[in-house]
Amino acid sequence: MIVELQNLTKIFPSRNKNSDDEVVAVNDFTFTIPDGKLVGLLGPSGCGKSTTLYMICGLQKPTSGKIFFGEDDVTQLPAENRGVGLVFQNYALYPHMTVKQNILFPLQNLRGEDRLSKEEMLNRAYEVAKIVQIDELMERKPSELSGGQQQRVAIARALVKMPKVLLLDEPLSNLDARLRLQTREEIRRIQRATNITTVFVTHDQEEAMSISDMIVVMKLGIVQQIGKPQDVYNSPANLFVAKFLGTPPINVFDGRIKDGVVYIGNEAVGDARDVADQNVYVGIRPEGFILNDDGPFTCNLNAVEVMGRDVSVVATNEASINPVVRAIIDADNKIDHDRKTVNFFIKPNKMFLFNKETEERIYIVEDR
Amino acid sequence: MSSSMVESKHPWKAWLYLAPAIVLLLVFTVWPIFNTVRMAFLENYSGLKAAGGMKFQFGFGNFEKVVQYKRFIQCMKNTVLLCIFTVPISTILALLIAVCLNSIKTLQKFLQTIFFLPYVTNSIAIGMVFAAMFNIVGSFYGTENEIIVTAGIINNVIEFFGGKPINWINYGSTYAANMTVMVIYIVWNALPFKILILLGGLQSINKQYYDAAKVDGTSRRRIFTRITVPLLSPMIAYVVITGFIGGFKEYTSIVGIFGESMGPADDAKRLNTMVGFIYDALSSNSQGRASAAALILFGIILVVTLINLQVSKKRVHY
Repeated sequence: MIVELQNLTKIFPSRNKNSDDEVVAVNDFTFTIPDGKLVGLLGPSGCGKSTTLYMICGLQKPTSGKIFFGEDDVTQLPAENRGVGLVFQNYALYPHMTVKQNILFPLQNLRGEDRLSKEEMLNRAYEVAKIVQIDELMERKPSELSGGQQQRVAIARALVKMPKVLLLDEPLSNLDARLRLQTREEIRRIQRATNITTVFVTHDQEEAMSISDMIVVMKLGIVQQIGKPQDVYNSPANLFVAKFLGTPPINVFDGRIKDGVVYIGNEAVGDARDVADQNVYVGIRPEGFILNDDGPFTCNLNAVEVMGRDVSVVATNEASINPVVRAIIDADNKIDHDRKTVNFFIKPNKMFLFNKETEERIYIVEDR
Repeated sequence: MSSSMVESKHPWKAWLYLAPAIVLLLVFTVWPIFNTVRMAFLENYSGLKAAGGMKFQFGFGNFEKVVQYKRFIQCMKNTVLLCIFTVPISTILALLIAVCLNSIKTLQKFLQTIFFLPYVTNSIAIGMVFAAMFNIVGSFYGTENEIIVTAGIINNVIEFFGGKPINWINYGSTYAANMTVMVIYIVWNALPFKILILLGGLQSINKQYYDAAKVDGTSRRRIFTRITVPLLSPMIAYVVITGFIGGFKEYTSIVGIFGESMGPADDAKRLNTMVGFIYDALSSNSQGRASAAALILFGIILVVTLINLQVSKKRVHY
């Protein structure tokens, strides 16, 4: 099922009638979610990602704009008629019902032609339970399950009525780090197995990057960038997106462009051919540094953290906006911990320039 | 750290702080309970005779006497009947009102206050108002032949719709009419507390259960029976159990409507309850009998509560 959002806007009126501090939760969101894909809505809290999800689901009505499921305009359709499955952040499993009863519940709601026989219902419930691997827990109560198991029950309950669209609200936020890693693979696997168009909301960029076919980065109700996770990471549209994606976060410096050369402080760190002279923000990904004594970029060395596979060089630079500069280099590099300064070459494809005022990306024409 | 120092170094301090509460409890709770049991098992015990130096034998005579009283059986019947009618009716009504109150947005606080008013009103005063409402004649002491005008608002309403006025509580009224008035009054009086508890329970139910049910296309009736009631079941159980306990202690409501005669003018004591029986025994200086009746009442409440807990084990989801 293709889900199409057209100029979707949600405005929450202000509580106080006299003031007009209304909140624009989602502002003019247009996007077509391709059939059978897993899309992650990503952004810091209050960016409107959950509101978008609830509008797709039908629990909230958009102020303006339209939502299409395939050819059908569902904007005015109540949630129960949309055929969506929703997994809540805290799962909202009915605590007084067993796992089986929870999964059966949506099926028992069906009336008329859609209603299945008792046997069919049970078969369907067990089928779904097998997909999410909880078929051995069917007689337990939710309180007797671990967080990860509860989450799978919630997914099973959403899947059992064979929804056209599956929606997940912060599905991993209640899990511990280890389970989170495991469960996100699980979600990916389940989505692939069922091939249901899936939208999920998260504030964790790693989570979104790791399993989504596409991500939508939002900030204060406005879509910042839409694309494949790697594309967005490799080519952020603005400073916000660049900062939001990636762990450790991108290093940002005050810089300037003069005669087609990028300067941080007085050091020329890269080319910016055909870009007008101006002050800029220079963003450099942690993996964009090459340790070399001949390198043009000098930093004061603070610490070297060896983490097995690679080495994290923590340094300072006067032009850095972040308190420290963090560079990740291969563990094969040998660094003398006692030295005062380190020098780097900068990988051109890991360095981004942003306009000082608008914070929009300044693209460099590459013609090599 | 500091609390453990108090514990280990100055235990007497802790006892000192507890003393006022302990003394009060001993004098006004523990001793009376003990004394009640003692008096119940002393044959024909009477405080007056005891003060005169009389000794009493140990035995079950008080209990035997109490259960042989016709009046006691009548009291028990009244009490049980009132419980059986008022507890389910008031619980169901309170549940419906609470759900309705919870689902409206405008005027919710205002209506909540209105529904809570009976709780803060004196029950004797309410009883007198109810007595006036269900009254039938101008003269309370008149005989049936004297009925000339119908004065009570309830009968006025019945007449307005073309019905025949009913003698609810006056001379010559039937037992069924009396009980009806009592049930209506007790239910009305019991509602505010139950609504308060159930509304509180409703408001603590996570809204996401309802969102989840909505997305799954659950009908309103199913939401009520499959989600609201089970999630509210601890509160419902509490309200039912306290309702039964309160019901077995019913007394003031009857005094409120019928006065201390506990019945219509031609059949005083007809609506007496178990607590009323105990008071009567006390006022005739038969503390032994009163204590025995009190212990029987205690036993009944204990058994009913245990049954309630047993039944709710399967149906209540904590």
